[in-house]
Amino acid sequence: MAGLDELRVTFFQECEDLLDRLGSGLRDLAAGGGGGAEQDELVHSVFRAVHSIKGGAGAFGLDDLVGFSHLFETVLDTLRSGRAGPTPQLLDTLLRAGDMLDDLVRAARDGGAPPQERLARIVAELDLLAEGAGEDTLEDFVFEPLALDLGGTDAVGPGDGAGAAGFDILLAPRGEMYMNGNEPAALIAALATLGPLTVTAGTGRIRPLAAFDGADPGLRWQLRLQTGATAGEVAALFDFVEDLAEITIEPLPGTPPGPDPGGLPAAAAGESEPPASAPVVPPGPATDPPAAVPAPAMPAPATPAGGGTVVPMAAPATVRVNLDRVDRLINLIGELVIMEAVLSRIIADAGLESNSDAVSGLDRIRQLADEIQESVMAIRAQPLRPVFQRMERILREATEATGKRARLVTRGAETEVDRTVIERLTDPLTHMIRNAVDHGLEDAAARAATGKPAEGTITLSAAHRSGRVLIEIADDGGGIDRARVRRLAEDRGLVTPAAVLTPAETDAILFRPGFSSREEVSAVSGRGVGLDVVQREIQALGGRVTIASEEGAGTRFTIALPLTLAVLDGMLVEFGGQTMVLPLAAVAETLSPAGATLHATGATGQMLANRGRLIPVVDLAARFGLPSPGPGHGPGVFIIIESESGTRVALAAGAILDQRQVVIKSLEENYGTVPGVSAATILGDGRIALILDPDDILRGAGAAAAGAPRMAGGMA
Amino acid sequence: MSRRILAIDDSPTMRGLIARTLGEHDFVVSLAEDGADGLERLAEVDPHLVITDINMPRLDGFGVIAGVRGDPAYASTPVLVLTTESSAELKQRARRSGATGWIVKPFDDGALIAVIRRVLGG
Repeated sequence: MAGLDELRVTFFQECEDLLDRLGSGLRDLAAGGGGGAEQDELVHSVFRAVHSIKGGAGAFGLDDLVGFSHLFETVLDTLRSGRAGPTPQLLDTLLRAGDMLDDLVRAARDGGAPPQERLARIVAELDLLAEGAGEDTLEDFVFEPLALDLGGTDAVGPGDGAGAAGFDILLAPRGEMYMNGNEPAALIAALATLGPLTVTAGTGRIRPLAAFDGADPGLRWQLRLQTGATAGEVAALFDFVEDLAEITIEPLPGTPPGPDPGGLPAAAAGESEPPASAPVVPPGPATDPPAAVPAPAMPAPATPAGGGTVVPMAAPATVRVNLDRVDRLINLIGELVIMEAVLSRIIADAGLESNSDAVSGLDRIRQLADEIQESVMAIRAQPLRPVFQRMERILREATEATGKRARLVTRGAETEVDRTVIERLTDPLTHMIRNAVDHGLEDAAARAATGKPAEGTITLSAAHRSGRVLIEIADDGGGIDRARVRRLAEDRGLVTPAAVLTPAETDAILFRPGFSSREEVSAVSGRGVGLDVVQREIQALGGRVTIASEEGAGTRFTIALPLTLAVLDGMLVEFGGQTMVLPLAAVAETLSPAGATLHATGATGQMLANRGRLIPVVDLAARFGLPSPGPGHGPGVFIIIESESGTRVALAAGAILDQRQVVIKSLEENYGTVPGVSAATILGDGRIALILDPDDILRGAGAAAAGAPRMAGGMA
Repeated sequence: MSRRILAIDDSPTMRGLIARTLGEHDFVVSLAEDGADGLERLAEVDPHLVITDINMPRLDGFGVIAGVRGDPAYASTPVLVLTTESSAELKQRARRSGATGWIVKPFDDGALIAVIRRVLGG
């Protein structure tokens, strides 16, 4: 049986799904959402999402969440009942209410506090909308607790002690009571829990079998209950059957007068319904815990009594799988890939013919392993849609804070990326969207002056391209003001006044730590989080960020990511007798030492002249404490690796051995952190090879080469 | 004899809460995730009591009640609807649709068990 803590986890997982459904439903509605039945279903599904969050939140005592979702639901109900139309203004408020609900769920889960000012603002807006909608709702709310209070006060009132306190009760069920599944015996048993009960069955009205009428079976009970309970508490037990039976409740002489003790409608009420606001039965605590929030009208689609609404299936069937299990599967497939490499080597060593059964069998295994790997990766792959949807709200917040107008156009939200990548994309994308609004887009006046529409457009798109995922964030703003970037970079000592920079090199300064193009820190983009952080995060995912800008037309950031973090396209390189793996993405160029010009710097340093630049040479073997090739043995090859900002170093390597996909094994989990190394892999012959971390190597080299002469265009 | 209860709710949280509470009180609980699923499982579970949410995809709670009442074997089986409302309108509607009673969410363990005992006895 699940513990409460586990259920809490379940609840928050469910909330994620519900918030997704809420968000996409509201967006579809805002986009016009078909019409007629389709639109109705959208409204219902949105309503259900908020309703379910409210229900679960109540169970865990998350009162803030209950209160807000209730208010939200009340406003949604105006849309559902047709009292309000899906106007852009209403949908805008609902979208922002959805954002707030998201925040409140997160605050409830993580223990933080939601942004109070924004909460107050949206609550005020919703209140206004709710007020116009449901006067009856409010009356319900006012009425019920009052009735309870009265009952409570009477219960503690002095009895006169002149006789037993209690009630004489008549219960005469009509046929409907049985047809609804109510069992008089169970009801009588429940009454007996309140005190000693005497039951007298009245059989006088029962007709002979031939004349028996199911609608009026005629069985009745006279009950005397001795109890200290109030009339309200007693009546509460009958609330399921109150107009399905003739019920009277008379206080015994010793009973303090309760509020309207005999106030239950007699069975004669028949089909006529009491007005909804009439105090028919004071609700008792057994079934009606006082609601902390006003109860709105019935939250069900209007259907004829007894008939159900059949709603089309919303989503394909899914199974929730613990991520650990998928990870284990992926690890096992990694082992399979390694074993296949081992087998392949054994077969090669055995000198078998390439047309032998063993070789063709191995080929088949290799194909299967590839297919399994792809299928399993697909399990962990998820569409970018949730992240993209999140960005819509980030945009709304950013435009609200800056007073600029902008819309987000998304493309390729269905593009699937490994789940671990998706999780870590949210922060960088958030920053880039804010950046695009804050820095990318011009203000309204500047846009008008250049004949652009007042509303800016930010395009967020994703696509698969040659084994990588490309994500682009483009704005139609003014483009990068390179003169200003240059000036600021000089002020901050990031470039020398003499340096000659290409436009691309100038743009790349935006990614440098310590560069912020805004003189004053803006409330939107904030301080301390620059594009350098974005770049680091993307690089940590094995990706790259590039920037392209056209003056007057806008700026485009492109993020290229690997499809998965589990395998890597690597170059197998020999350093000091060890085989290591260099991520292919970082390799800019390879160079034979024969044609290279080297310059000595300091006692042991070397710089390689390449395309008009001097590039520091890093002897990795020496850095890892491996034997360097003896004197006279220069490096077999220089491998030039490059960072996003254009920083390059040349690695002096023994030889390039191979180029292949490798399975990434965490070194930190199994051993510890090693500078310059990001992970490890297992080679076909069973040996372990380290996977190098180009960024770490570049950082180390940058420091080492700080004193090196700078050539024109150098940005060390 | 433990009595069998079929609980129908599209919220896994709510299903979990019901299963937990009822399990602690010696009921045998079967769960279904929407109205259609619930009706499909009706004969298999053969419940003494059905508890159903109202707002659900595919088939809502009123559909469940209609289905249960329409099956001669379960025409008089108690059906409790789970609701966050306690309005007079809801009560009317639930009664007219054939519900035996209702349980107002959020419920505490005691309230849930008390309501169940009221319709099942014992």
